[in-house]
Amino acid sequence: MTDLTALTIAEARKGLAGKDFTATELTKAYLAAMAAARELNAYVVETPEKALAMAAASDARIAAGEARALEGIPLGIKDLFATEGVHTQAASHILDGFRPAYESTVTNNLWADGAVMLGKLNMDEFAMGSSNETSFYGPVKSPWRKAGSNMALVPGGSSGGSAAAVAARICAGATATDTGGSIRQPAAFTGTVGIKPTYGRCSRWGIVAFASSLDQAGPIARDVRDAAILLKSMASVDLKDSTSVDLPVPDYEAAVGASVKGMKIGIPKEYRLDGIAAEIDGLWQKGIDWLREAGAEIVEISLPHTKYALPAYYIVAPAEASSNLARYDGVRYGLRVPGSDIVDMYENSRAAGFGAEVKRRILIGTYVLSAGYYDAYYLRAQKVRTLIKRDFEIAFEAGVDAILTPATPSAAFGIGEKAGADPVEMYLNDVFTVTVNMAGLPGIAVPAGLSADGLPLGLQLIGKPFDESTLFSLGAVIEQAAGRFAAELWW
Amino acid sequence: MSVDTATVRRVARLARIKVSDEEAERMTGELNSILGFVEQLDEVDVSDVEPMTSVVAMTMRLRADVVTDGDVAAKVTGNAPMSDDDFFMVPKVVE
Repeated sequence: MTDLTALTIAEARKGLAGKDFTATELTKAYLAAMAAARELNAYVVETPEKALAMAAASDARIAAGEARALEGIPLGIKDLFATEGVHTQAASHILDGFRPAYESTVTNNLWADGAVMLGKLNMDEFAMGSSNETSFYGPVKSPWRKAGSNMALVPGGSSGGSAAAVAARICAGATATDTGGSIRQPAAFTGTVGIKPTYGRCSRWGIVAFASSLDQAGPIARDVRDAAILLKSMASVDLKDSTSVDLPVPDYEAAVGASVKGMKIGIPKEYRLDGIAAEIDGLWQKGIDWLREAGAEIVEISLPHTKYALPAYYIVAPAEASSNLARYDGVRYGLRVPGSDIVDMYENSRAAGFGAEVKRRILIGTYVLSAGYYDAYYLRAQKVRTLIKRDFEIAFEAGVDAILTPATPSAAFGIGEKAGADPVEMYLNDVFTVTVNMAGLPGIAVPAGLSADGLPLGLQLIGKPFDESTLFSLGAVIEQAAGRFAAELWW
Repeated sequence: MSVDTATVRRVARLARIKVSDEEAERMTGELNSILGFVEQLDEVDVSDVEPMTSVVAMTMRLRADVVTDGDVAAKVTGNAPMSDDDFFMVPKVVE
């Protein structure tokens, strides 16, 4: 039997329908692949018994001719999603032992469509990071390595486990979340496809909250078609999430392969940063050429407030996080460190439970929201946010259908390489992605080439609100032109 | 704008996170690095700009005022470090 883990979701779906193999055989192939890949540290918890039980149920459904959209497809789930009865800790010590008594809406949608859960995936603690190095469970090793080098590289973050698992073929696809780039940046670093849908497209109910006005769930997958298949199942309106939007979920898969003739693609001049790496700029130009060849019209646009998105984000996101993470106090769940009185207990539990990056962000957030500073920082940042969003609205009103930019300022770096004193250096990884969260727009990262060292580089497409279909159509064009990239097995 | 170690200690208190002297020193430097970075927002003219409170214009949906959930005390206290009789147990709060 050919290696079943080599099949994309679309191919596996076909094979299962054609009875070429069973869901149980497919899940067993993935469980074996996961066991062989433990050095990557992509999974924080494997759920083999559950996976096999779900696969058996899928086989029964397939035999009865009742297969659902994702019947038997084995997926990895980021540790940020509440999975009933299963470890859910947001890769943090402070949620030690937490097993939710409920299921997140997004994962519930996936199980309702017949998918199989392989386990929970590693991530930066509370989704705060761009390299998966802040996880309580240790870093994730990317399945990609520089040509001729053994150096362990980061898969990006915060959805580092998700991206690494998809690229290493130890799941058919994965769920992830994106607050400032946490789907798109790791997808770009690992040669996978990641889409952050429009804010409100997927329900946030049951997803451990980081920054409530920015968080959004989305898939990471091997190709554009698989990402479209997963998003169709993940998205839904949810009465339990008052920010979720009541719009029908289109058949995203139908957009893959659709013509992009006549579409207007905006190229924002402010994304051409001073000192931008030549190979990033070159790749961007290639993307422009590919879209033009496919019949799209290329226009230069201006998004004047681009440079202010990252500093505004590093006020808004930590501020919201300081509020959301106030609930971790050792009382109702997670780690409790005893103290002389209740306040001492809170202070001890939170000091022991949170990692350094999380503490930094809680403190910044608390400071900018505190009396005397609220106007100068948080209110100002929210006003800048209006201006950032307005830049995009003006471009879209002028007829632009989507915007093409690089996804990251560089390829993946080494684990520990950015452990220097300045936290801001790590934040700069998100310079191309945060604007999209600040404006609430959808954004997709598609692999577009390899760096001189042989590492994946991605391009980003930003779309109009709720126009993920256009992103899938354009993404498919880039994918078709760029070709596919797979990491070589070294583990 | 920058912070001194005393301010960091005050903010840590507000955030209910215990910091050692060494941590307070280190964090003062790190926080100042971040605050230095965000200072560039002062360049932006935000006069007559409304703060953005919602990414998508919407009025908050209301739900019917009916009971649809409940009687799951065991589930609610299931993850508690210490609980008894469906209560969460904590050190004494009120003297």
